[in-house]
Amino acid sequence: MSTTMAPNVSSVGQPGRHTVYSKCGMCAVRCPIEVTVEDGRVTWLQGNPHDAAIGTSLCAKGAAGLSLEFDDERPQTPLIRAGERGAGQWRRASWDEALDHIADKLNETVEAFGGRGIMLSDRGGPFNDLTKTFVQALGSPNYFDHEAACSGNVHNAARSIYGVGVAGLIPDYPRVKHLVLYGRNIVESLMVKEAKAFMAAVSNGMRCTYIDPRATITAGKATRYWQVRPNSDYALNLALIHEVLKQKVYDEDFVERFVSGMDALRQAVEDTTPEWQEPHTGVPADQLRTFVEEIAADAPHVVFHPGWMSARHKQSFHVSRSALILNALMGSVEVPGGLVLGKSPEFYGRKGLNRLTDRVPQVDEPRVDGAGGTRPQWDPAIGMLHQAFAAMETGEPYGIGAYVAYRHDVLTGMPDPEATKRALDKLKLLVSIDVRYSELGWYADVILPESTYLERANILAESDGPVPVLEVRDQAIAPRFDSRPAWWIFRELLRRMDVKEALDFETIEELWDYQLDGTAVTVSEMRETGMVALADEPALTPRDELRFPTPSGKIEIEGETLRQAGLPSLPAYVPKQAPTDDDFTLLFAKTATLAHGQSLNNPLLSERAPEQVLWIHPDRAAPLGIVDGEEVEVNGGGSYTGRLKAKVTPWIHPEAVFMLHGYGATVPLARRALGRGVADQRLQHGKLYDFDPAGGGCAMTETVVQVKRRTPRGPGR
Amino acid sequence: MSKYELRHDEPNCISCLACEVHCKTNKDLGPGPDPCKIIAFDPVEVDGLPRQRFVFMPCYHCEDPWCVRACPTGAMQKREQDGIVFVESSKCIGCKSCIAACPWGTPQWDADTNKVVKCDYCKDRVDAGLQPACVTTCVTGCLSFGVANEVPDPRRERYARHLLAEESGRLLPMADEQSGASEGAP
Repeated sequence: MSTTMAPNVSSVGQPGRHTVYSKCGMCAVRCPIEVTVEDGRVTWLQGNPHDAAIGTSLCAKGAAGLSLEFDDERPQTPLIRAGERGAGQWRRASWDEALDHIADKLNETVEAFGGRGIMLSDRGGPFNDLTKTFVQALGSPNYFDHEAACSGNVHNAARSIYGVGVAGLIPDYPRVKHLVLYGRNIVESLMVKEAKAFMAAVSNGMRCTYIDPRATITAGKATRYWQVRPNSDYALNLALIHEVLKQKVYDEDFVERFVSGMDALRQAVEDTTPEWQEPHTGVPADQLRTFVEEIAADAPHVVFHPGWMSARHKQSFHVSRSALILNALMGSVEVPGGLVLGKSPEFYGRKGLNRLTDRVPQVDEPRVDGAGGTRPQWDPAIGMLHQAFAAMETGEPYGIGAYVAYRHDVLTGMPDPEATKRALDKLKLLVSIDVRYSELGWYADVILPESTYLERANILAESDGPVPVLEVRDQAIAPRFDSRPAWWIFRELLRRMDVKEALDFETIEELWDYQLDGTAVTVSEMRETGMVALADEPALTPRDELRFPTPSGKIEIEGETLRQAGLPSLPAYVPKQAPTDDDFTLLFAKTATLAHGQSLNNPLLSERAPEQVLWIHPDRAAPLGIVDGEEVEVNGGGSYTGRLKAKVTPWIHPEAVFMLHGYGATVPLARRALGRGVADQRLQHGKLYDFDPAGGGCAMTETVVQVKRRTPRGPGR
Repeated sequence: MSKYELRHDEPNCISCLACEVHCKTNKDLGPGPDPCKIIAFDPVEVDGLPRQRFVFMPCYHCEDPWCVRACPTGAMQKREQDGIVFVESSKCIGCKSCIAACPWGTPQWDADTNKVVKCDYCKDRVDAGLQPACVTTCVTGCLSFGVANEVPDPRRERYARHLLAEESGRLLPMADEQSGASEGAP
């Protein structure tokens, strides 16, 4: 067999009808799915009913996996750039040629910068043992996920106080009595299991306080909605903590046993009264007091959601952190109806998956972004991608010569793509591995077409929730085009780089056997239902044994890594100036049919994508002569101006405007998305290196744009 | 009317449009025809809170369907055994009379086949003992399907639960209360 043949799993192509259990790949949530295959063709996709939390539910994006599969507007063979970067001139290449070309450039990079000059980014998740192994095998510490533009702030906030990332703090929705959401738009920025549990809880009478400058569909399901000023939520939380302490409604026993730093907390919130916060947030002081009385009555079944996408402003880290402090004060940690701690397999006396990274030597080089080193407050396991771009540009602290972007479209996902391109221009090699034509792919030197999630198998995944679960993404059908699965692509590159041991498996089943060795779980068990839970029932940690993986074993209000970084654990709120005249704070989000830039070229999702409009408050629209339904121009200070229709509505705070994200694509071969709408990331001018110093996340909602009525043309005007 | 009821529990709907897309993939439809449709309205203020209406528009499977009467070829039919109104594609000549006749705008034009397509409660799935595509995959479970009066009405139970939650400040235990902590979000 030629080394470049597509490696199919054995059942692929069998005649008749059969069921494959797998994981969706239409967004980064990766829901468990059941795939019906008839004579080698996928005919139906639904949730995997073996997972009771999802049942057969699957969102619109998940359904449109069929539409992706049968779409021809995706890379069909390896492509090597023929013209200037971004000029869109390509030549087709065989896999051998493309991989040899990449290996040559990687070797050049190693010679010029050392192994650490190679970096990779992806969108994190349960399969990144593979990508981390690839980077580590090449002697580089520089693996990045996408969290700089997503949940980096909340992840690092959770680590600084509980010693675990936010994925290890799971709301027990069915038993929550009061849920507090800071712009966490659960029913639109959709994780199917979470949305399902949330709506079931709402139906069951759960109270929900929703805090957001914009009334989302989630706000429409809430029992309280506070239309706060943009980026002011930290002020709100300081006042909430003040009031909780003043009313003495916190869980004294829990705090005494499990929380440190209360004196510092009392001092930090001494003056942050409900009246103090009122001009900052717009929330009336009496409403805040009533809210505190309510949560006191419902404690400990109260969850202050620490957030998901939290790359918003330069105190976003402290919004998450103060929300997590409120959970500790209410004693809503590791109790039914609170935040339940994720459990390792060992908690239940089981063994988890063997890691691929254990097959390669540890890398001692410091990370290029300083995460875990000069910036101890940033988790080195996720990194902070903007600082990699900074290093590309400046060569400090050292140079980066090669960048592999694995299904990661940083020119859509990160702010200010023009600034990112300036950094990318310094690279010797830019590779995009993707199932679609992304903005980044179009700017790359080589595009390697990955097989779709229905056409490939991945390494096995382990999710350490209340019950740890092993999950499989299995291959359902043969690839339609000359594409390959990621594990094969990385194996072939490592073979060419003479570090083949890390991924030296002939088949994915052989790789799975390595992962499963010693777990008492077999590949055939995994395939039978798509998942194996490592315990029958979730169990809570007995109170006597409850310790947190922090230096003191307690929930630390004063964070050790923050102290090391010279950053305050409880900083004062930085007041926000209200934008005036034609200035507005630019907010963005997605709907349940959008997956950032990924979905807009999908035939069925493109059809369903809403027309992008600019939400603007009537009180601000009127003086600017802006009329509902008429076109406006939006500019973020750079050369890019967006034009779209205004939606004049009181459901957006007067200081902000809002538009959907993921529009304004430029790749000519993705014709359904091409030129449709406005790219909000291009309006985030100058924001690539503007970030929250504590959490590392980009300060995307600090973007100020100028909005004006589009000058009407024609006679007499 | 058909003996079935396809119920939309609107307060539990999030307008995620999973129903629309699964409906289309089950019928192998490309862009264009939408056999079912969620009509979403902008929020309005109700007691100081934003509240949005989402109206679900499948086919109502009329007792005396105008689309069936309008069809010149007998392609549009009503099933004897259960009242499902469906189009027999091989007999459809694409005259669009049914589209003109239906007061709800239910029959849809499929430009790929030059024929009409419509909601037939996924009768092939129903005959195989399954639920319609939209109901099977609905994210929140706000869609339910079955013989009328045999499917439980979520609205009565929810109202009762809310009453109790308001009065006592306590939630009723849910069916899975015994199972301890749930898995929650992935």
